[in-house]
Amino acid sequence: MSLHISHVFGVWCAAALTLFIFSFLYKDNPFYKFAEHLFVGVSAGYTIILNYWTVIDANLIQPLILAAHGTGTHPELHGAFAAQQGDYRMWLVIPAIFGALLFTRLIPRIGWMSRLALAVIIGVYAGIKTTGFAQGDFVAQVQASLVPLWNGSIAYTVNTVVFAVGLITSLLFFFFSREHKGGLGVASRTGMYFLMVSFGAAYGYTVMSRISLLIGRFQFLLETWLGLR
Amino acid sequence: MAFGDWLVRLDRRWIFLTMGLLVLGPLIFPLSLPLHVTPPVQAFVDAVDKVPNGSTVLMSCDYDPASIPEMVPMTRTAFRHLLSKDCKVVVTVLWFGGPGLVDSVLTEVSREFPTKAYGRDWVNLGYKAGNEAVMVALGQGIVNVFPRDYRGNESNALPVMQHVRDYSSFPLLVNISAGYPGTKEWVQQVQGRFHLPMVAGVTAVSAPEYYPYLQSGQLRGLLGGMAGAAEYELSRHEKGSASRGMDAQSLGHVLVALCIVLGNVIAFGQRRRSR
Repeated sequence: MSLHISHVFGVWCAAALTLFIFSFLYKDNPFYKFAEHLFVGVSAGYTIILNYWTVIDANLIQPLILAAHGTGTHPELHGAFAAQQGDYRMWLVIPAIFGALLFTRLIPRIGWMSRLALAVIIGVYAGIKTTGFAQGDFVAQVQASLVPLWNGSIAYTVNTVVFAVGLITSLLFFFFSREHKGGLGVASRTGMYFLMVSFGAAYGYTVMSRISLLIGRFQFLLETWLGLR
Repeated sequence: MAFGDWLVRLDRRWIFLTMGLLVLGPLIFPLSLPLHVTPPVQAFVDAVDKVPNGSTVLMSCDYDPASIPEMVPMTRTAFRHLLSKDCKVVVTVLWFGGPGLVDSVLTEVSREFPTKAYGRDWVNLGYKAGNEAVMVALGQGIVNVFPRDYRGNESNALPVMQHVRDYSSFPLLVNISAGYPGTKEWVQQVQGRFHLPMVAGVTAVSAPEYYPYLQSGQLRGLLGGMAGAAEYELSRHEKGSASRGMDAQSLGHVLVALCIVLGNVIAFGQRRRSR
């Protein structure tokens, strides 16, 4: 086992910032604060530049420039407003205006205009989310819950019975129109145990995720920075 | 309960130090603990194997540097798996912190395949803001949403994009996701709506949320966290960073389990004493 310490300046910066962040585990200190503030600033700048070049420039400015010359991504069509699906030409000015309206919040006197853009965003997203949930979650999951209890295998039957009991009792746990007494009380208590098992599994996975982050940083320090081989 | 009292007063930094040493130790001196490929991971491998050689696959890498240890090993192995099948890979990113990271990972893996070229065998279309709206819009045309790739090339001009129109051009969607927008949204907006077969690699913290999709068949396979990534590497006979981290992962879990047991024993003891 030998060390091959990196000669790359960026790797040293990353290693130093990692150690600065780790130092918070001992106690809050200026090195940690420096790394934290640097991260926030760099992230904000990076987000603005990335969004400009990958969204505003690519999907708005360049198509508008082409449209001003009477063309677009479908060169066979001529005209600034000769739009078709995916090639919106000068009509892109409409979403651009809505986007610009969001910034009116910076001027209190006309700030109400930003609500027009927000209304469009909320309406579109509500529609997309509702249909997506109905198709992807509600119908598909109900369909997948209706399974035969017997397919010739005892193990399968045990599995599906546990699944059915867990599903029904967990649903009953969230039924609040009647007091949880008697049969409903037993069922909801059983449902609670199933939920607790699922919380336990979720906690185990959360631990795995957090330890993975630590492993990732240690691997970077040992392998990329110190070159331990 | 002198030991219990001592534990209650124990400075939490000793636990941090113990955890740090337990994680660091196996990374320097590996224990080679056994690892097995579980059915969800095997299903992931099988789904990718079933893709006809030479076809074009959509791969969405929806994560940022915060989830490198879990996501990057999955991305590496899945991309390597697809290139080894001569598949062409179209990559998108829906997290703003991801495109640069994803590009460096894909470039690194593609160097292992000297005959594969950027633009002909794979393309990184980069980032696009809009989350679910982007997913839905891709169904009306991939190039409409990504007129240029991450490197600034005209997407239309790239050979790999010549036969790509919309979701119907792909036999499989491989989603590597660290949260929102990610696997849940791809299932809701694309798998459900466009019936595109899909597999996913997700962070461990979000994995329990996706098992119902696996059970219902909406996901053909699932990699959960670093363990899923390590099993995927094992099934492909690779020794990547996820496999190397699994010993440390196991010891870390032992410490957490021990802390939970000790904490409960102390809590029960204190309750009994107070009665």
